Amino acid sequence: MDAVTQLQRQLVDYTNSLFLEGFLDDQFNQLQQLQDESNPDFVVEVVSLFFQDSERLLNELAKVLEQQNIDFKKVDAHVHQLKGSSSSIGAQRVQRVCITFRNCCEEKNIEGCLKYLQQLRHEYSLVKNKLETLFKLEQQLLAAGGTIPLY
Amino acid sequence: MTTTANGVASWRRISDKIDGFDLSPSKSDEVHVLAVDDSFVDRKVIERLLTISSCKVTAVDSGRRALQFLGLDEEENTNSFDGLKVDLIITDYCMPGMTGYELLKKIKESSTFKEIPVVIMSSENVLARIDRRVQEDFIVKPVKLADVKRIKDCMTREIKLGNEESGINKRSYEKAECEIVGDGLGCSLMKRLGRVGSGDGFQWLSDYCLSKAGGVLSIALLSKREGLQNLSASGHGWS
Repeated sequence: MDAVTQLQRQLVDYTNSLFLEGFLDDQFNQLQQLQDESNPDFVVEVVSLFFQDSERLLNELAKVLEQQNIDFKKVDAHVHQLKGSSSSIGAQRVQRVCITFRNCCEEKNIEGCLKYLQQLRHEYSLVKNKLETLFKLEQQLLAAGGTIPLY
Repeated sequence: MTTTANGVASWRRISDKIDGFDLSPSKSDEVHVLAVDDSFVDRKVIERLLTISSCKVTAVDSGRRALQFLGLDEEENTNSFDGLKVDLIITDYCMPGMTGYELLKKIKESSTFKEIPVVIMSSENVLARIDRRVQEDFIVKPVKLADVKRIKDCMTREIKLGNEESGINKRSYEKAECEIVGDGLGCSLMKRLGRVGSGDGFQWLSDYCLSKAGGVLSIALLSKREGLQNLSASGHGWS
């Protein structure tokens, strides 16, 4: 098997695993459909925006939850934003944690919020890792002269 | 939008309706969309979705900026409309400062722009007590290519009521006036129309959320993610 075929196989397998394990959902496919020769880096660009946005929001969340009097409305607003952007790129597991996190906000449950913030950080770093690996594989494939398969 | 005596509703390109603007179809067939969303990620996605659907896009990050672009912002004191003509406005619902609904209201209050169709995007099954005569459509986030295509198709064709191509009796659906409360629209709606709830049912519903009859707009909220079980409806006026 030549290098290109092998890399392609690796990429496809890896991508499939991300879907199977629930890291990504169909919305990610939607994004890939929007990528073409005129916009070859679209997915990477959107995902990078997501990374920036998420990191900002996670920091804000930590700050707000450190306060004496927690402003749960603010917490909810940040989680809502994160829920939105994760859903827009198909980061399913992150989105799901956001949903349960918001319930804690509604209940003004401090412990719950802190717990979910931790879980959120965890899921975020997982999906970030996975996506970075995915992009790396794509780069390797392209460098070897291959093309990214249409999933 | 116009509604004729027998209830035929039509979507018309704003170019057909506004005098005083040079909007000859021969100039450009491209639909110009003003997209409003406070999220970087969503702005980028919606921009791409629209571009790939052959629309011109202007994306702004707030209702305020949208009004500025249209020349409606009081503080700017602009009387001239120097942007490109806007054919459609797509806005996020939940935004800090001015919500999508507040933006929609401002636009509908303007004699110049009230004819521009406004589509609202939201991830929530919001308490959508939105004046149904002003809101043209609703998209559930995350936005997909199919959603944009649907909106665009509706903009450029006439929706004739009583069209049987769906194989469903559209009449009964069209006469519905629905309030989407809390959990949204669903099982009861479809049962009334003689269809058992299923995933497919939702897909069908979303195709007709633009139906308009006698000035009453039916809003269909598609929420595949939440599933049928979360949905309920209070509706009246079904035939």
